[in-house]
Amino acid sequence: MNTIGKVTGIIANLVVVETEDTVAQNEICYINHEGTRLMAEVIKILGKKVYVQVFESTRCLKVGAEVEFMGHMLEVTLGPGILSKNFDGLQNDLDKMEGVFLKRGEYTEALDKDKKYSFKPLAKQGDKVQAGDWLGEVIENWISHKIMIPFKMKEEYTIKSLVKEGEYTINDIIAVVTDKDGKDHNITMTQKWPVKVPIKAYKEKPRPFKILETGVRVIDTLNPMAEGGTGFIPGPFGSGKTVLQHALSKYAEADLVIVAACGERANEVVEIFTEFPELEDPRSGRKLMERTTIIANTSNMPVAAREASVYTAMTLAEYYRSMGLKVLLLADSTSRWAQALREMSNRMEELPGPDGFPMDLPAIISNFYSRAGFTYLNNGNSGSITFIGTVSPAGGNLKEPVTESTKKAARCFYALSQQRADSKRYPAIDAIDSYSKYLEYPEIINYFEENVDKQWVTNVLYAKNTLLRGKEAYEQINILGDDGVPLAYHLTYWKSEIVDFVILQQDAFDKIDASTSFERQNYMLKKVISLCEKNYNFDSFEAIGQYFKRIINNLRQMNYQEFQSEGFKKFEKELEQIIQEREAA
Amino acid sequence: MEKETKAFQRIYTKLFQLTKATVSLKAQGIGNEELAIVDGRLAQVVKIMDDIVTLQVFAGTEGIATNAEVIFSGKAPSLKVSDDLAGRFFNSYGLPMEGGEIMGEEREIGGPSVNPVRRKQPSELIATGIAGIDLNNTLVTGQKIPFFADPDQPFNQVMAMVALRAKADKIILGGVGLTNDDYLFFRQVFDNAGALDRIVGFINTTEDPPVERLLIPDMALTAAEYFAVKKNEKVLVLLTDLTLYADALSIVSNRMDQIPSKDSMPGSLYSDLARLYEKAVQFPDGGSITIIAVTTLSSGDITHAIPDNTGYITEGQLFLRKDSDIGKVIVDPFRSLSRLKQLVIGKKTREDHPQVMNAAIRLYADAANAKTKLENGFDLSDYDERTLDFAKAYSEKLLAIDVNIEIDTMLETAYDLFREYFSVAEVGLKNEFVEKYWNKK
Repeated sequence: MNTIGKVTGIIANLVVVETEDTVAQNEICYINHEGTRLMAEVIKILGKKVYVQVFESTRCLKVGAEVEFMGHMLEVTLGPGILSKNFDGLQNDLDKMEGVFLKRGEYTEALDKDKKYSFKPLAKQGDKVQAGDWLGEVIENWISHKIMIPFKMKEEYTIKSLVKEGEYTINDIIAVVTDKDGKDHNITMTQKWPVKVPIKAYKEKPRPFKILETGVRVIDTLNPMAEGGTGFIPGPFGSGKTVLQHALSKYAEADLVIVAACGERANEVVEIFTEFPELEDPRSGRKLMERTTIIANTSNMPVAAREASVYTAMTLAEYYRSMGLKVLLLADSTSRWAQALREMSNRMEELPGPDGFPMDLPAIISNFYSRAGFTYLNNGNSGSITFIGTVSPAGGNLKEPVTESTKKAARCFYALSQQRADSKRYPAIDAIDSYSKYLEYPEIINYFEENVDKQWVTNVLYAKNTLLRGKEAYEQINILGDDGVPLAYHLTYWKSEIVDFVILQQDAFDKIDASTSFERQNYMLKKVISLCEKNYNFDSFEAIGQYFKRIINNLRQMNYQEFQSEGFKKFEKELEQIIQEREAA
Repeated sequence: MEKETKAFQRIYTKLFQLTKATVSLKAQGIGNEELAIVDGRLAQVVKIMDDIVTLQVFAGTEGIATNAEVIFSGKAPSLKVSDDLAGRFFNSYGLPMEGGEIMGEEREIGGPSVNPVRRKQPSELIATGIAGIDLNNTLVTGQKIPFFADPDQPFNQVMAMVALRAKADKIILGGVGLTNDDYLFFRQVFDNAGALDRIVGFINTTEDPPVERLLIPDMALTAAEYFAVKKNEKVLVLLTDLTLYADALSIVSNRMDQIPSKDSMPGSLYSDLARLYEKAVQFPDGGSITIIAVTTLSSGDITHAIPDNTGYITEGQLFLRKDSDIGKVIVDPFRSLSRLKQLVIGKKTREDHPQVMNAAIRLYADAANAKTKLENGFDLSDYDERTLDFAKAYSEKLLAIDVNIEIDTMLETAYDLFREYFSVAEVGLKNEFVEKYWNKK
């Protein structure tokens, strides 16, 4: 029997429910309002009074409405058919909803009940298994989707029976397992899991030791992201956060990408809906949409569901990680999620922390980031979640609570700079302010040396230093005037401009330049460094500018050509000539 | 103290708590956000705790006595929608200002959001004749964009001009705390243009109580949804000035003892504004809602919570600036941005549009640098001198808001200026465009 209660108070989407029976913190309930059922979550219990946040508008709701508690927390349905779907924050399938407008209290099945998947067993009768172990696989789009022992099953079990290879729906029983007391449990291809609880069906979580290639040079070369790593992108509006996230979702070397559009513009999600089914994944040659799942809770959708959306996305990512896949999770923007927390905390009349945010905001954020990571599964395979969130700092000020809390939790910091955006230097990541802690990991340095180049890290640090010195020289030139500084200052500045124009700046809208492989990044980095290391003799600052502009133009043309193609080599040759002319003179 | 009148209307006459904006009383069977009349003034339920109902009185509570009459309506705020709306002006409650009544279907305002998968990607250009907009910051149907302006700038004039030239099927004006003079200005401009039958106005002037303003944008957008969904029309919604809307929000949250966040604004400001702006949409059946709003700034500060949250929500922003070179108001090419322009420029307009736009702005930026040099007492090169001359001509012939020409003419004008002041290499257009357009004359 489910616990029943009655509404006794309403303040916006915070509703007070009175009940005599048992309720649990974070339990889900439905409020019956004139025939529609409004979903809500328990957020505080005070004696008989239960405070719930409603995931819908509470307009016209009345005191006395009946409430049914469901006996479980907010859960998602896991199983084949998640990929390529467009879900809302509560895992309703947006494509299944009828009509142009979202109706209050309309909830859909997350997965298709009737679709048949061809199942192939990977385990056999008599095997000892535990939560997360693979029983078999089905093909979802093109990935091998593993059917696992449900994560809620805590013991060790023995497989009593397993169906043969064949076509099954997600609710068909595909295995029976026996626990140590001899009790049988039926296993289907689907299971449920509460979104706020991390899935821990893995053996260990080592420090990240591999690199996740994103194709974005300012990230890969200067501030690399590790597979299973965490990072965040704070930036004022108009600095290109969303373009950068879209670039990552397009070109990063991941098996699948989950995008949580959390409280942002609806037209940006529409862009993904419209373009991803057309665009090709450069690695697999398949449509990008085939590896992408979208959790869309745009800014005009109910605020409480916005908070749920990031957890829903993370849980789906954990599910696919347990299959041994490389998952990239993007959330745009985590600030909107924090604001949803603030609105609720405010209505509950909690004492506020800085800027009105709840006191436990830093803990909530770091807890969430800690769910990402590289894992070794119990069967020896590995899977990972790389998580990159954007932050929208109020007034572009990085000293606000969400940015500061996230900075403590994330290992990479990609600072978008308004100044770079204004001067159209995209992606507008400030390479000097940004950092990647992974560049200091011995495991990662080792990985670079073995997989990219022995000199890689040394070269990267050289490039960073060149940028820093160039910035200092530029400031001096600005204060003292072109004529007021020694020519060496101009040289230092122009060397940093080569790094800026050729490595940092990248055209996200150009077919070739949009994504660069490590091989190519290594080649170009060496080329750029060799130019920076040269000694030059000039007699005027104008000559320096003219000469370097020519070099930069040639290197940029190379960026626009297919790597090592004729066009590429042509511009490379021209570059050599320019350099030789100079040396001859 | 309760008597039944009509089926859903119940009357109470015992208030036990009054603040400047709210009254509380004991009542039963009341719905959240339900409307009521308190002593003849419109009010809305904002909080229910057991049998205690708190109402926000839009016009304020001055003079209301503890035995005032409270009549509950049993429904949320709504607007009667039909084609009769066209050509008329309404107050915050959706009642015609000239008196009389509108026949039509009653719709709750602030209705549900559009399912994101049912939206279409905006792709239709809105031409305004203003080069600072069409050439540099092209607008698209279904877009939402505000003017970020100081109170002394002529944003209402520019907005009226844009509205009239935009070839929209309907223009819906939401006047939020409009001065009476500006209200009359809008009426007169639309009347003179013979466009009154395309206009619907929802007006709250500075003479009206500030909290009433909160209803205006929802009223305007409900009317917009009627024309865009039912009639598949291209609807342009003008909201001026949403800074006053946010101020009204902060008054209410303050009186409800909520904890303010940045700049004394309520913590829900982002969601409150997004709820309005996200009504901008391109529907699959051809109808669309485009929102052009005004956010007034205090001395140009865009880090204040109101413009800051707005910037995160809207698809760009337009800045006006008085150009001292030509003494005219221009659309600032540096700070203005239309995020959706990529969807149309070079696709719906001539192929060289993006390149011409960028080249002109880059040269204009060079001129700004040259100016700084000059101010700092450094010598100007010949190139610097030419950029300064170019900048002046560019402002005069393209950026000034009194320019009204077609986009192709804007491009031709840009080439004329390029040819006059620069070499091909200095402008740096793609070679194919140089051959096709530069050498045409």
